[in-house]
Amino acid sequence: MTRRDRPTTAPPWPVWVPAGLALLFLGLPIVGLLVRAPWSRMWEILTSPTSLDALRLSLVTASAATLVTIVIGIPLAWLLARADFRGRGVVRALVTVPLVLPPVVGGIALLLAFGRRGIMGQYLDSCCGITLPFTTPGVVVAETFVAMPFLVITIEGALRGLDTRFEDAAATLGAGRLTVFRRVTLPLILPSIAAGVVLTFARALGEFGATITFAGNLRGVTQTLPLAVYIGLEGDPDEAIALSLVLLAVSVVVLVALRDKWLRTGAAS
Amino acid sequence: MSGLDARVVVRRPAFTLDVALDVAPGEVVAVLGPNGAGKSTLLRTICGLEPLGEGHIRLGDVLVDEPSTNTLVPAAKRRVGIVFQDYRLFPHLTVLDNVAFGPRSAGRSARHSRDAATTWIERLRLVDLVGRKPGALSGGQAQRVALARALASDPSVLLLDEPLAALDAGTRLDVRSDLREHLHEFDGPTLLVTHDPLDALVLADRLVVLEEGSITQQGTALDVARRPATAYVARLLGLNLLRGSAHDGDVMIDGGGTVHVTDRGVAGAVLVAVRPSAISLHTQQPEGSARNVWAGTVDGIESIGDRVRVTVAGAPTVMVDVTAAAITDLDVRRGTAVWLSAKATELEVYPG
Amino acid sequence: MRMNRPVALIATALVLAACGSSSTTATSSSSSTTTLSGSITVFAASSLKESFTTLGTQFEAAHPGTTVTFNFGASSTLATQITQKAPADVFAAASQKTMDTVTAAGAATGDKVFAVNTMEIATPAKPSTPVAGLADLAKPGVKVAVCQKDVPCGAAAVKLFDLNKLTVTPVSEEVDVKSVLSKVVLGEVDAGIVYVTDVKAAKEKVVGVEIPAAQNVTTKYPIAPITASTNSDLARAFIDYVLSSEGQSVLTAAGFASP
Repeated sequence: MTRRDRPTTAPPWPVWVPAGLALLFLGLPIVGLLVRAPWSRMWEILTSPTSLDALRLSLVTASAATLVTIVIGIPLAWLLARADFRGRGVVRALVTVPLVLPPVVGGIALLLAFGRRGIMGQYLDSCCGITLPFTTPGVVVAETFVAMPFLVITIEGALRGLDTRFEDAAATLGAGRLTVFRRVTLPLILPSIAAGVVLTFARALGEFGATITFAGNLRGVTQTLPLAVYIGLEGDPDEAIALSLVLLAVSVVVLVALRDKWLRTGAAS
Repeated sequence: MSGLDARVVVRRPAFTLDVALDVAPGEVVAVLGPNGAGKSTLLRTICGLEPLGEGHIRLGDVLVDEPSTNTLVPAAKRRVGIVFQDYRLFPHLTVLDNVAFGPRSAGRSARHSRDAATTWIERLRLVDLVGRKPGALSGGQAQRVALARALASDPSVLLLDEPLAALDAGTRLDVRSDLREHLHEFDGPTLLVTHDPLDALVLADRLVVLEEGSITQQGTALDVARRPATAYVARLLGLNLLRGSAHDGDVMIDGGGTVHVTDRGVAGAVLVAVRPSAISLHTQQPEGSARNVWAGTVDGIESIGDRVRVTVAGAPTVMVDVTAAAITDLDVRRGTAVWLSAKATELEVYPG
Repeated sequence: MRMNRPVALIATALVLAACGSSSTTATSSSSSTTTLSGSITVFAASSLKESFTTLGTQFEAAHPGTTVTFNFGASSTLATQITQKAPADVFAAASQKTMDTVTAAGAATGDKVFAVNTMEIATPAKPSTPVAGLADLAKPGVKVAVCQKDVPCGAAAVKLFDLNKLTVTPVSEEVDVKSVLSKVVLGEVDAGIVYVTDVKAAKEKVVGVEIPAAQNVTTKYPIAPITASTNSDLARAFIDYVLSSEGQSVLTAAGFASP
């Protein structure tokens, strides 16, 4: 790039050094995975019942967790952004707790709440025979717990930054608050919703600590891809590496499918 | 349909907005005022986006806001249509869905809403644009869509907030005359807020001047222009507006007289605008190149600051601004016969 | 070329570290029976947690100036870490199989069995479903947790069920025996297959249901010094201590059987 072509805001060359280090730091492990992968045994490993079970389970639970998050998370984001109530600051802090809590601690907390002897779990068990630990729904619960803050925080931010002029116009046209939210507000923050959904799905997919602590580990029931990788390390490290590549591939597919178009946060112009 | 009856009192840090308004069904009232006078606040209280401090607002027979009796009807339940200065067309919906938004929100089915919308789309000549998104519309088109959308929601009162401010000068002329037609078709009361006197003069039946939260003058456009109550009004309405019929550069003015304009292309019903300062006053018939020369009689003389506004009855009747010194020199008073001249280039003509 | 400088820096650091470590071995190899010093890291199976922690404290007290650090985990995980050159000085495994993977990789030699363990059923202190013996575990509706099969206690559980011709479907295959124990303590499962030593260590938090010797499986616990250890003398001293009568009494008190 000649001096003429370079925009005035381009970083000076010394910036490339630490940036290059960052790139190396992030890229080398992934390159390591690709280079040391057992390519000759790849097909055999990936089509084994363990792998297929783990893949299917991961996709199903991550999708379910994302769906649950959308259904209960968007209203929560709406409340936090727009409703005025006492203790709003506390609620917001509560929403960010799963982000800072170590996932295993999250799993233990979930057990103490929803486990067989949990403060709510015991009633679920005695009245309706519903148990969450060691079940696939339990995996969904664990994944939702760790992933929901991503969606809530993204959407709350987008709603706060939204200029209310379109919503005002909708009100003057006779639309009630729910209609305004559904037909005007949500479409306007669609890029942020998409970004939030992608982050939520990715986080749910990669969750390990809370899942293994709360839902346990059983092939086909609760052994998601991350668990299968960890367990695989004990028996067959090649299997672990192969499954890690699967996780990597799924993540890349999700990100590419959503692309630049959707990953811009903020309201539509 | 009954009209708009409002006494709007809202306290602002700089001033208190205190306005009493009465608009009859079918009447168009323009609220003219400088920026910051409280015009937008006035509209916001009427359409329900802001509550009153004191007073009342009655839309037709419905009392929608009265703090003393704790009555407050939310915006969504008021039958008010408002065209915003920035149009606020929903960017993710097509023109058709934008216009149909009102009926849809009222609970009508998608199909019925679109049918209702189509009526207005046809009336406002937007048929070719139905599938477009707001981003693909020109300023004038967007304005018409915003108007159609407001009207399609079947309002009892129509509000317009600086409807032409977002348009460039050329488009403004065309859209203004169009708008006049559509406003005439609307049965209910219309309140229009603007800082452009031409909007008031062309579109409104009655003018209300709002300065710093209070009404400083109201009346017909002619009344207000002839006897401006404040310096602001005088400055603002320094304009003669004549209606007539044009043909090949000649305009026959309603009420008498013919003027010559430079635009030979425009024909039919037109408006001619000429600034009082662009007309020269003479005691004798003037020589010179000005194409418009006619005689008249001085009908009124008002002092406005450092200038004098002389109303001259003639064919046509116009206001002429001269300096105080000139008045003394010319020894002009009521009843004096005078001659007027104006260059054709100083007359602006457009369809009306 | 720009790359040389950072490479040179790293190389220098490695050389200095190597010099540093070789100097400590130099001092300790000159006197084999007298004062031991320095520190070692012992990688030990989870089931050895309580007993080895006690052994470590006692060893440090007997040899002031030494430090014994522990890394507890599933033997198979530890074995993988050791073969990946994790810095360990001693490896104490819960199965011969996991020790064999380490010796086969050349990371250790000369392993000796220092203890023997048997399995026991752990049940919650306040059980919701009573479990009286192995047969109960095969009943429908009974929630059982075991270790994952590649982990020694998991392999032992599989053998245990095979031996007794039981078809048991666990609700979870945990990563190590302590995780199984916590599920039992929390009351999330009705029973967990753990070692007798784990039941003893958990005291009143769980209720143990003994498995008669005829139906039980035993696991041998081997211990070996790691070849790449930076303090082989201290490592060997610790192993000797574990095998000594003092060490053995600690292990017996914990519930282990003598080899």
